[in-house]
Amino acid sequence: MAEFGPTVLRVVRAVLGPADADDAWSETFLAALRAYPELPAGANVEAWLVTIAHRKAIDVTRASARRAVPVAEPPEAGSAADLPDLDLAAAVAALPPKQRQAVAYHYLTGLPYAEIAEILGGSADAARRAAADGIATLRRTIGANR
Amino acid sequence: MNDVLDAFGVEESDVDRLRARLSAAADAEGILDVAYRTVDTPVGPLLLAATEQGLVRVAYPNQGHDAVLQALADRVSPRVLHAPARLDPVARQLDDYFAGRRRRFDVPLDWRLSVGFRSTVLHHLATDVAYGRTASYAALAALAGSPRAVRAVGTACATNPLPVVVPCHRVVRSDGAIGNYAGGVDAKRTLLALEAA
Repeated sequence: MAEFGPTVLRVVRAVLGPADADDAWSETFLAALRAYPELPAGANVEAWLVTIAHRKAIDVTRASARRAVPVAEPPEAGSAADLPDLDLAAAVAALPPKQRQAVAYHYLTGLPYAEIAEILGGSADAARRAAADGIATLRRTIGANR
Repeated sequence: MNDVLDAFGVEESDVDRLRARLSAAADAEGILDVAYRTVDTPVGPLLLAATEQGLVRVAYPNQGHDAVLQALADRVSPRVLHAPARLDPVARQLDDYFAGRRRRFDVPLDWRLSVGFRSTVLHHLATDVAYGRTASYAALAALAGSPRAVRAVGTACATNPLPVVVPCHRVVRSDGAIGNYAGGVDAKRTLLALEAA
């Protein structure tokens, strides 16, 4: 399970942004540790962890909304010219949630769309479309900024 | 779109920090079943693992630390985490031992990986063969109450889950030859030289 630590951190950062990612990561692995003995042998541990991370990210988003913490301004286009990662992080953050989740789960973990559909609800085709739309938007945004 | 991967690259230090936080939280909640760490010693990096009952495994590098961790996950619990704090006392005692300042280990042991006659042999070894002394496989078989079980004593030593702490390095052949050792003969020689100094 430990080997998926970095992957899950990337996923929750992409879905939540860096501020809430640590909490979501910790909650994900604590929940996984609690439930691990009941995980069937041969189960896809990575898909299972992403499923937990997905739910924990939703919990953290709700908790943040209740606390109404002011969110840091996204970096202005151009100001982060030498930090392309920030451009992309901001562009990912600006995606609609379902596209952001589909992109993160597919491109950061390599989960097949059938598995992502299980996590997000809906069909594998819908998950594929959400990821494709998200990627198209990211290409446009980044292309415009470079 | 591999840029997406790059943008969300994570630093190893971030993951380490989160893992430390996770270990502490899991320990507090009672779901850290096996804590492990490694310590550098004159006989190579030793893997140490402990349950809540005590030290459960010491492993030499030639035993394959990853394989040992997998065996712990299979035999004890899949809740295995890198969590140095639980192993601080034994790590300190190992430092003292290798510096020649300590002659016996005083930490709780979890014997669950050793059962039956092998466990009997190792218990006798832990209590009856003192620092700086050696015993032959035959003598240890007699101590364990089965004088003819010399080969079984060899197996018990070879499969000792707690080498160094349970001193199978002090068991040598009756003809004076050093005999085999789980950590390799060089490690055995180093430990015996340390204790003879």
